[in-house]
Amino acid sequence: MRFRQAIWDEPLLFEKPSNEVARATPGILPQNLERRDLDLPNLPEWEVVRHFTRLSQMTFGIDSGFYPLGSCTMKYNPKVHEELAALPEVRHAHPYQDESTVQGSLQILHELQNVLARIGGMDAVTLQPAAGAQGEFTGLLLARAYMKDRGDGARNEVLLPDTAHGTNFATAGMLGFKVVELPSREGQVDLAALEKAAGERTLALMLTNPNTLGIFESRVEEIGRIVHGAGGLLYYDGANFNAILGKTNPGKMGFDMLHFNLHKTFTTPHGGGGPGVGPVGVKAFLEPYLPVPAVAFDGTRYSLDYDRPKSIGKVRAWYGNFALLLRAYAYILSQGGDGLRWVTERAVLNANYLRHRLDPLLETPYPGLRKHEFVASGARLKERGLRTLDLAKRLMDYGFHPPTVYFPHLIDEAFMAEPTETE
Amino acid sequence: MSGEEAEMLRALGLASVDELFADIPARVRVEGLSLPPGLQEADVVDRVTGILAKNRVGRTLPTFLGAGLYDHFVPASVRAIASRSEFATSYTPYQPELSQGILQALFEYQSMICELTGMDGANTSMYDGSTALGEAALMAARITGKREIVLPCAMHWERRQVLENYGRGPGLRYREVPYDRESGTIDVEALRDAVGPDTAAVYVESPNFFGVFDHVQEVREIAPSLLVVGVNPLSLAVARPPGDFGADIVIGEGQALGNAVAFGGPLLGIFACREEHVRRMPGRVIGMTRDAEARRAYCMTMQSREQHIRREKAMSNICTNETLLAVASAAYMAVLGANGLRRLAVENIERARALAARIAKVGGFHAPVFTGAHFNEFVVRSEVPYDHVHRSLLARGVHGGLSLEKHFPELGHAALFATTETHRPADYDKLVAALETVP
Repeated sequence: MRFRQAIWDEPLLFEKPSNEVARATPGILPQNLERRDLDLPNLPEWEVVRHFTRLSQMTFGIDSGFYPLGSCTMKYNPKVHEELAALPEVRHAHPYQDESTVQGSLQILHELQNVLARIGGMDAVTLQPAAGAQGEFTGLLLARAYMKDRGDGARNEVLLPDTAHGTNFATAGMLGFKVVELPSREGQVDLAALEKAAGERTLALMLTNPNTLGIFESRVEEIGRIVHGAGGLLYYDGANFNAILGKTNPGKMGFDMLHFNLHKTFTTPHGGGGPGVGPVGVKAFLEPYLPVPAVAFDGTRYSLDYDRPKSIGKVRAWYGNFALLLRAYAYILSQGGDGLRWVTERAVLNANYLRHRLDPLLETPYPGLRKHEFVASGARLKERGLRTLDLAKRLMDYGFHPPTVYFPHLIDEAFMAEPTETE
Repeated sequence: MSGEEAEMLRALGLASVDELFADIPARVRVEGLSLPPGLQEADVVDRVTGILAKNRVGRTLPTFLGAGLYDHFVPASVRAIASRSEFATSYTPYQPELSQGILQALFEYQSMICELTGMDGANTSMYDGSTALGEAALMAARITGKREIVLPCAMHWERRQVLENYGRGPGLRYREVPYDRESGTIDVEALRDAVGPDTAAVYVESPNFFGVFDHVQEVREIAPSLLVVGVNPLSLAVARPPGDFGADIVIGEGQALGNAVAFGGPLLGIFACREEHVRRMPGRVIGMTRDAEARRAYCMTMQSREQHIRREKAMSNICTNETLLAVASAAYMAVLGANGLRRLAVENIERARALAARIAKVGGFHAPVFTGAHFNEFVVRSEVPYDHVHRSLLARGVHGGLSLEKHFPELGHAALFATTETHRPADYDKLVAALETVP
């Protein structure tokens, strides 16, 4: 079946004839504060609904078809989560309500915090960060506070493999740290280069495992020994967590902290680019530095604990993206431990199978297994005068969202596909 | 294992699923997750609704909290639009051919924010109002090469804490300007002393944390630097926009425009600036262009500012943002229209005035504490410690405002009360009656 994404000439709201002229309400504010013109459309409700309905039809989501966008984990978002998030107890609870009146919200946060700690092999979790990149930001702030606290505040270098996500680089840059890029060898971190780079200036190494090539960094323990030996911390970028549920975890791998992308692994809808959620988990020695408040439980009641003198403070207002945290909580309840492990098994099977089927067409650099995704190269197509971009655009004609293309940069004509478990 | 899975494994030359994980060293492996078994959908609903039933919201507990988040009525049409699953389940629109709809919706959001704030360019969102301020301070430092930010004391402490974390990279410094104890607006003389040659930006809010519209024009005249203005976007339906006063950057919490309070998230960081600064702006921006056949089309633009291209030199690390809330806000502004927004803003002002007047008549309470023009919240002072008032109200089934005693001790026993169009006359009566009986 050939596919055509709906596209038609839908004018801007501003271009539609307004049926009323905007009027000011004089005298409601002192004259120097009062606004005269407000040039926003005045349209009947049905016109607005039709407009946005057409725009939605001109948008391809997971509900429209296969969406194998690498590193983005575009899995099906169960509908029941939307119903739960729309409950009045979710929509109308104010974060400054007396704790006794929001015990339900606090219980969800507390239980989610604990279960994520268990999944990640960590001791404590903050649910505050609004997205993966903000999780990274939180993690590096924690590292900085910890080092400063122990009189090691001169550390200012962040080690990043050349396969790392762009956000890792940007987060380090935003916090004023120096980025030291590590080359890959056969699709994994080059240990000799790491030995050379790690030293007394090393604040942390940020690693995605499996990396963005979909390859498991099998020498992760050795990587940890080198970084820890140099006095630095090990940060796990959880973008690819869909590959390891119930198989390994960052704590077991030797990481000191991590972020989860609940909008990837735990299926909160991507919303066309957000909102996301990026909880951060840490080992016990970093817990005192976590953002305030912590959600506490004394066996009878849940409360917010601001009494954390070593805390880094806040990375955004209030406690996190609650309506999304709730969806992730519901997802974990519905999957259970065995269900989550199956998620990873099927996601990895799908990725390896898809790669195998594409072998005759596209070469995948570096032999061996892949985890939840793989990066093929469109270099062979060049002989036929084609590029990966052409392949990506042609896939749309068959109703597929293209994979991620031209990332990671070290693969020529990269074609990065992640089928997830729900295909 | 299903037959399909067995067949796929055979094609890969593998005997079991375990062999797919042979590359994970034995020493770092775990054997599954020690979590309870999965639940059926009906049981998940039962469990979650059971827990949430412990929350008290709406009619069972009228609440007068604001402080940056406001429980406004969201029309069903707006919720229907924002729940369209094509919007909700799509990713960042990297493939414009499949994403013209959401790209246009975001372009319209940006256009409406520009009109509302009086600015030239807006991005598609930051995480919330507080991170938008953090990003604005970083942007001001980039533009001016200076590091000092002048701030009002009358701002939300959480926003201030977030700003401090955002400023750690370039080592931003802060100078605080007190507020006038009578009007609640910024102390203009103190501001004059606070600004100097090292000032990268002056930040002012209108309405400010106390709900009072501030003297943005006078601040502009004094500020030798960039001017960053924090707004409540709904108030701009009736209040002069910061662009009129010569603001360089406008930020705000956009939750009030069609999104739920939702226990503090997700929220919507509004970010807009003047044209000359657009290329230094953080975040995603949607542009209008022409396709190969000269038809109108939309795409992400100026991406060379962003993390996936510029990496450590990017304007910000933001990638995932609050797109779906921006779409909801665009729908909200369109459904209400200019006239609906104006009516709503006026109604909020009038309700706050009326409520303050009723509270002022109760013995032992003073409201509003400040004389400046207010939007939809105001400070109330009581003769007894506010915590005592709070407990007493709660016992009578009504939730008062936010205590200011810890962060603004100079105000005495004070609290910040907010109201919106969602309050019923009975809610006001209940509040006033409860205040009258505070022992």
